[in-house]
Amino acid sequence: MEKTVEIVDLSFTYPDGHRGLEYVTLAIYSGENVAVIGPNGAGKSTLLLHLNGILRNNGAVRICGLPVQEKNLREIRQKVGLVFQDPEDQLFSLNVFDDVAFGPINVGYTEAEVRQRVGRALEWVSMTGYNERSSHHLSLGEKKRIAIVTVLSLDPDILALDEPTSNLDPRSKWALIELLKQLSMTKIIATHDLELVRVLCQRTVVLDGGRVVADGKTTEILRDIGLLRAHGLAPRSD
Amino acid sequence: MKHSFIDEYSELDSLIHKLDPRTKLIFALAFVIAVVLTPITSWQVFISYFCVITVLLALSKLPVSHVLKRSLVVFPFVLMIALFIPFFKQGEVAGSYNIGLWQVSVTYSGLLVLANVVIKAWLCILSLILLSSTTRLVDLLKGLQQFKVPQVIVLILSFMYRYIFVLADEVMRMKQARDSRNFGGRRLHQLRTIGNMIGTLFIRSYERGERVYAAMIARGFDGEVRTLHTLSFSWADAYFSVAFALSLIIPGILWW
Repeated sequence: MEKTVEIVDLSFTYPDGHRGLEYVTLAIYSGENVAVIGPNGAGKSTLLLHLNGILRNNGAVRICGLPVQEKNLREIRQKVGLVFQDPEDQLFSLNVFDDVAFGPINVGYTEAEVRQRVGRALEWVSMTGYNERSSHHLSLGEKKRIAIVTVLSLDPDILALDEPTSNLDPRSKWALIELLKQLSMTKIIATHDLELVRVLCQRTVVLDGGRVVADGKTTEILRDIGLLRAHGLAPRSD
Repeated sequence: MKHSFIDEYSELDSLIHKLDPRTKLIFALAFVIAVVLTPITSWQVFISYFCVITVLLALSKLPVSHVLKRSLVVFPFVLMIALFIPFFKQGEVAGSYNIGLWQVSVTYSGLLVLANVVIKAWLCILSLILLSSTTRLVDLLKGLQQFKVPQVIVLILSFMYRYIFVLADEVMRMKQARDSRNFGGRRLHQLRTIGNMIGTLFIRSYERGERVYAAMIARGFDGEVRTLHTLSFSWADAYFSVAFALSLIIPGILWW
């Protein structure tokens, strides 16, 4: 199978000296749904930020064979759709249309193509008719959906989601999971939500202290209570 | 949490609302310039300008109370600057009063300056209220953009409009958290707490700015802002422009 994401010995230190990632090595294949789980501060978001080169360590990360480097950023950012945790950060325009159109316009599509892409992306998540709504007045569930739409309009090969279900009530959460199930591209999901992991991801990577401490089938990892306890993902005792 | 829109009446349906934002921008500006350039002694001109703006406000179907309430906003500023002029300006004395040990006199020329500032400021703010209440901010910004207003300024305004509510929510939550921990005590202590809150708010906004920027570059932003243009200039705009230009110029010629 084709390696969509290839990470070799990726380390990252924050400017304040805090170690974000240490020697992370990871390969993700086309069409996989991979969960990245781990306690707060494990480096999950830092890892996602490396996927489209917002943080970069020359050559340690390859997307579809392309090293994440300055000269490839344009292409890589079209391939990797990164959805941030807080939709207030992702939705910075005055209305939904502008936000969804932001990526396609930056890529340089024609006006007709941009409109078509926005329409199609909104249709995917059944939110046609939200064009003129202002993002501030949407519910959190709607904001999270639109945040995903803003990258779907670019037709990414890889969808990287940072805590897609955080703060959602159960109904909105399951609606979002259903939506993610229908999207066929490769997905990398950083989360604490083990319910989401169980139903959506075949493979799970456990990250703690910036290191990959486990990588395997979701069913096996979620059954390993000892592992989950050791990394703050299950209560200490029952 | 919900807040009222800044442009809460911009969705009404009226002749003025239908105009192109650029038409409205130009004429708000033209009106302000005309008002500011008119000497205070030609009071007839001011009366006719007042009639013009009243007619336009009436056409726009904005609630009168909304317009008046908004227009009061300028007075604190104007009065702070201009209220003392009548007492200091040299000239013919209109009246003099003894307050304690001081003798205070008011001059006619000083009063004229005060009237000048108050009337002009009020007329100008009325025209700006007309502009801002009948145009959706999104359209207004598009208009500014097409007038080649620097991109940075348009962006700052649009981010301001997007995030002012988010910030207001944050302040509200901080206040609730503070009050639920029995905020009170000595004045000095209170000031310190408020100072810390402002600091925290600043840091949070700064960090949010970083995250928003990351979200922008993640979708291919490279410093250049690109938009789709959707404004259209109609016949109504042309008629309005001619009528409005005449209504500004004719009083000036007649009484200046």
